[in-house]
Amino acid sequence: MTRKASFYGHAIPYLEDVEIKGRFIIIEGPDASGRSTQIELLTSKLEADGHAVLNAGLRRSELIGQGILEAKRSFVLGRKTISLFYAADFADQLENKIIPGLRSGYVVLSDRYIYTLMAREAVRGISRSWSRNLYGFALKPDLVFYLDVDPNELVHRVFKKNSYLDYYESGTDLRLSDNMLESFGIYQTLLRREFQRMQKRYNIISIDGNRSIIEINQDLQKRIDDYLANLQNH
Amino acid sequence: MAYNKNKIKKNIPTKGKLIVVEGIDGSGKSTQLRLLEKWLISRNIPVFFTEWNSSETVKQITRKGKKRGSLTAITFSLLHATDFADRYERNILPLLHAGYVVLADRYVYTAFARDIVRGCNPTWVKKIYEFAIKPEIVFYFKVPIDIAVDRILAGRPTLKYYEAGMDLNLSNDPYESYRIFQSRIIEQYESLSLSENFTIVDGTMEIEESQKFVRSAVMKLLPPNIASTVGRTTRP
Repeated sequence: MTRKASFYGHAIPYLEDVEIKGRFIIIEGPDASGRSTQIELLTSKLEADGHAVLNAGLRRSELIGQGILEAKRSFVLGRKTISLFYAADFADQLENKIIPGLRSGYVVLSDRYIYTLMAREAVRGISRSWSRNLYGFALKPDLVFYLDVDPNELVHRVFKKNSYLDYYESGTDLRLSDNMLESFGIYQTLLRREFQRMQKRYNIISIDGNRSIIEINQDLQKRIDDYLANLQNH
Repeated sequence: MAYNKNKIKKNIPTKGKLIVVEGIDGSGKSTQLRLLEKWLISRNIPVFFTEWNSSETVKQITRKGKKRGSLTAITFSLLHATDFADRYERNILPLLHAGYVVLADRYVYTAFARDIVRGCNPTWVKKIYEFAIKPEIVFYFKVPIDIAVDRILAGRPTLKYYEAGMDLNLSNDPYESYRIFQSRIIEQYESLSLSENFTIVDGTMEIEESQKFVRSAVMKLLPPNIASTVGRTTRP
């Protein structure tokens, strides 16, 4: 059960040889793709099956917390500054929550991971190799799912959820179009392309997110159950 | 489509000049840089002074984290990189483009030295800062550890937690920890000194003597268009 953690690049020095017991599963996908609903459903089912589950995600750390959002809204920070802030916040989350959880044997379910951060940076013109190096200290997950939703479908879900398009989720800072709806469409298409680009390198499993909540859930649950069952048989 | 494809460039042409001082605390580098600033201002040269870890925006956002005293080598490193990036993106680079002489009290080398001492991978750290333009000149203030430590401890008896390197568990005594920490940083500076082509300043020299040396080195770097402003009475 216990195994050495594996990292993408240069690990956090004192964590290089850390031993973990739990499993690490990521749900990626754009806003309104249904990530949090799926995580709730998966968590309940996994817990019912007797697993200890820990929920993690981006932008939940106590290191920076709300400060970054406020700073982004007031447009004072540059792009590399924002990237580094997110990286610091992510590092805090990884060291203080994810890794301790995995060491104690939890199934850690994360609502997004470094891939979202890298995709956002890439479409903002930040070098991919710079981002890859930056997040080199990230632990390699066991399973990464990407809820792939057609941007045209996505826009309807956003409107259903909020009745307005979020400034950042529309990539408005990139000045893609004066029309917010068009901007949203272009931005989400660019992000989606980045995910397709990363798919192979990071073993990202694409899940058709255009289906109903139940259908997507059955798909995800089956893949996770199969994965966990496979571990038991070995 | 206005998709912004600007990549991080390594060598952006700039009209200004970037001048950096490096060295451990108490090496006299800040005093020298302030004197250099006075001199440039008196000669009507557009000058901007920037100090390590001084971004107000970043400070506001990180205050909470630092209070917790729970920074690890990686978060410590990344927060300093954030601070640097903020000053770089908003001040250093635009001002260099505008033709300013930018004076930096510590630059990326401080991050290299401290982060590597804290155990971060050198390649990782260096790549994070690769967007930073190479300075015109880096003055490295070289001073024996005992002199530097005495200077610091004489003026400011309480050492802050991270300043003393207490997070490295070198010693339970902050003064002892500080001494060990600083000597390890000196080792890093020594190795950077060669690879990064530092201009070494003997930190034990008299202040006036050092300043004379620093000014004559800087004078040679000023381009004719800036040098020609010497003597004019109007500030830019």
